[in-house]
Amino acid sequence: MTTPFVDVQNLRVRFPDGQADAVAGISLQIAAGECLALVGESGSGKTLTALALLGLVPPDARVSADALVVAGSDAVGFREADWRAIRGRKVGLVSQDALVSLDPLRRIGREVAEVVELQRPRRSRVEVSKRVIDSLTLAAVPDPAFRERQYPHELSGGLRQRALIASAIAGQPGLLIADEPTTALDSITQAQILHLLGDLKKSGLALLLVSHDLHLVQQLSDRIAVMRRGEIVETAASAHLFAAPRHPYTRMLLDAVPRRRETAEPIGAASKAVSPKLPDGAPAVMALTATGLGRSYRAHGGVSVNAVTDVSFSLRAGTTLGIVGESGSGKSTLARLLMATERPDAGDVQLHGQPWSTEPERRRRSRRGAIQLIEQNPYDALDPRWTVRRILAEALALDTSREHSQRVSEHGQEGRIQGEEHPKKKGAVRLSELMDQVDLSPELLHRRPHQLSGGQRQRVAIARALARRPSILICDEPVSALDASVQAQILALLSTLQHSLGVAIVMISHDLGVIAQMSDEILVMHHGRAIEYGSADDVLNNPGEPLTQALIEASALL
Amino acid sequence: MTSMVTAVSPPRRPRRPSIVRHIPPLGVVAAVIVLGVVLLAAIAPWILTGQSPLQTDATAALHAPSAAHLFGTDQSGRDVLSRVIYGARYSLLVGLGATLLALLAGLVIGIGAGLAPRSVDGVLSRVIDVLMAFPEFLFALLVIAVIGPGEVSIVIAVALAAVPAYARVARVQTMVVSRAGYVRAASSLGVRPLAVIVRHIIPNTLGPLLVMATIGVGTAIVSAAGLSFLGLGPQPPTPEWGVILSEGRNFLATAWWIAVFPGLAITTTVIAISTVGRFLRSRSEGRSS
Repeated sequence: MTTPFVDVQNLRVRFPDGQADAVAGISLQIAAGECLALVGESGSGKTLTALALLGLVPPDARVSADALVVAGSDAVGFREADWRAIRGRKVGLVSQDALVSLDPLRRIGREVAEVVELQRPRRSRVEVSKRVIDSLTLAAVPDPAFRERQYPHELSGGLRQRALIASAIAGQPGLLIADEPTTALDSITQAQILHLLGDLKKSGLALLLVSHDLHLVQQLSDRIAVMRRGEIVETAASAHLFAAPRHPYTRMLLDAVPRRRETAEPIGAASKAVSPKLPDGAPAVMALTATGLGRSYRAHGGVSVNAVTDVSFSLRAGTTLGIVGESGSGKSTLARLLMATERPDAGDVQLHGQPWSTEPERRRRSRRGAIQLIEQNPYDALDPRWTVRRILAEALALDTSREHSQRVSEHGQEGRIQGEEHPKKKGAVRLSELMDQVDLSPELLHRRPHQLSGGQRQRVAIARALARRPSILICDEPVSALDASVQAQILALLSTLQHSLGVAIVMISHDLGVIAQMSDEILVMHHGRAIEYGSADDVLNNPGEPLTQALIEASALL
Repeated sequence: MTSMVTAVSPPRRPRRPSIVRHIPPLGVVAAVIVLGVVLLAAIAPWILTGQSPLQTDATAALHAPSAAHLFGTDQSGRDVLSRVIYGARYSLLVGLGATLLALLAGLVIGIGAGLAPRSVDGVLSRVIDVLMAFPEFLFALLVIAVIGPGEVSIVIAVALAAVPAYARVARVQTMVVSRAGYVRAASSLGVRPLAVIVRHIIPNTLGPLLVMATIGVGTAIVSAAGLSFLGLGPQPPTPEWGVILSEGRNFLATAWWIAVFPGLAITTTVIAISTVGRFLRSRSEGRSS
């Protein structure tokens, strides 16, 4: 092995008010043309490590290291001016969210040109624009001469990420740091970006890939370092790590992600075990039926955009329907139509064989308990001023008798009712029953949302939905905002609840892995249409549409 | 970055230099001043048993500040100190009353606009825009011109002038809150719309409005004193700060104390209240809901 491009020995990052080191003495090397992946959950210190290689740690952080060699010079004791000589020219950074990383007021050509000019100041304008086009071409931006005149908001997420990569490589750095480069993208675009990074690696670039997703980095990285609480718990060649993980934490991370890669076996194989099957021949009770659903919105200039067009399906009681599609395919609009918080332009939804979407809200309200929604963002799902107890009590109050619920709503919360021992007691029993169902300690009842972790909040949101004893749960990207290990726990919880309570689930996700793990039936959406609908086996094993195939390949690749 | 935030567990404040540590934050100082003014206004009749703010004494007219009359006496021999202290009652009542009125009206209009269909919201918002185009004081004068002068008129005028600003903030906040997941969740649970508004939307909209109102009390006191100064509010010899100031302006050259002390009272109170408001605002902005 030649001298590594990056050689870090015993790197420590510490915050003045922190108890433990945020990065606690880690060592790593990256050679030219090699990709090292830094994997860990949020808070493990992986991003901080990456930023330390650019001298970009927050000003109040203390960085120390025995050696911090970047591009041939030891950066220990570097000043700001020394770092500036390295950034962009020796080390390029691709960050997670291209929408905020690109200046919204600048054309992307300008963004790239800035780095080009930085690398060698006095270049002629012709030379600069040629280098800009070269960089965009290298980043596989189609039609670069046209794209360089566009603003970030005119580009898709994938193109924005490419533009960001173009600006990172425009200074011809020897090392590219990619911090969660694909987290904000759907799985097909993810695969394309990873492919692009792979090509850049082949051209001799050293690559540091930071991600929370082990499976995602698998195909690209030569070696993987697993981080936890500021330390590297395990470093191994990619294939090794997957074949024989040594550290228990690595094993947990590997198990956490829904099984997407069952070597030779088809993806759908694992799904069967999870969901309960109705006994064959039993009369099929349709919990939810959608017929020819359509919904369009008026966009700028009076043009109407079809968010959902002619979607039909029927959901049997106690089973799971997975709805998968890229971002913008109309999944969330569909969820709102099913919840009847929005009226369809065409078609209708039936709940337990009764009219649902066509009913006036006044008559729908008493039946709302039967169909409940779990949303993506657990950080905004709970009223910030309320305790967990009060959040659940609000839902429980609706569940009990009408007379009782009215009194509760007059008094604000259940604890205030005097001389009503019986319903109060019953409410307390239900409360602890709910907390038990979602595996939360009763001690959390008097916490407020900001005192809970993301996973705990999502459990509270699920408990609140269960309080109304629903027969259908609509889960709109229920785990997308959560860490991988927490994702697995929440999905497992939903499966368990389906078993014990017999609820039907509509699982909406951009992630085919999640869908494959949970679903009995799968519906694939594209541009608002249901392009494929059938049993999970059929859709996963014999996809009829090229897009379905692409989705399967994209998620199987990772 | 989340990694940094989660890595540090118990927040330990960095030590401040020893001299700085003994000075309480400005907001606390201001809050003590405000409390002092409120307390004085509340117990005024008990501490000023000997000196009624209305009692004239022709033999003691225009006396300079002395041990007997700390702030001196006015042209009718009334004790200026006692008039200023009694004046705090008027000013605080007008300030708080007008602000409360404006806050309630603004909240109702703002929440209405925020939740109403687009056409209704459009009309309400344009009306608010037009009203905000007038300076608050001019608007208050206009209201007085319509409903006539008097103590109650001043409260109404000052309140009406402040309503558009509260309504606008309430509208935006309502729109933000009504799109939050917990509001959607409550509706999906089957909570009636009115209950959703009362339980979730109003309380979560109120936070920024209350902070705004704290600053608003100060502005309202100045506006009210200004209107009284112009003779549109309570009439002399009512011990109201604006009225005292107005009476004293004729004697500025010979008896400066008549106008200067109520002027200082207005300035101190308003600055203290605004400082508390700004302190609260900067504290609440640092906190995510």
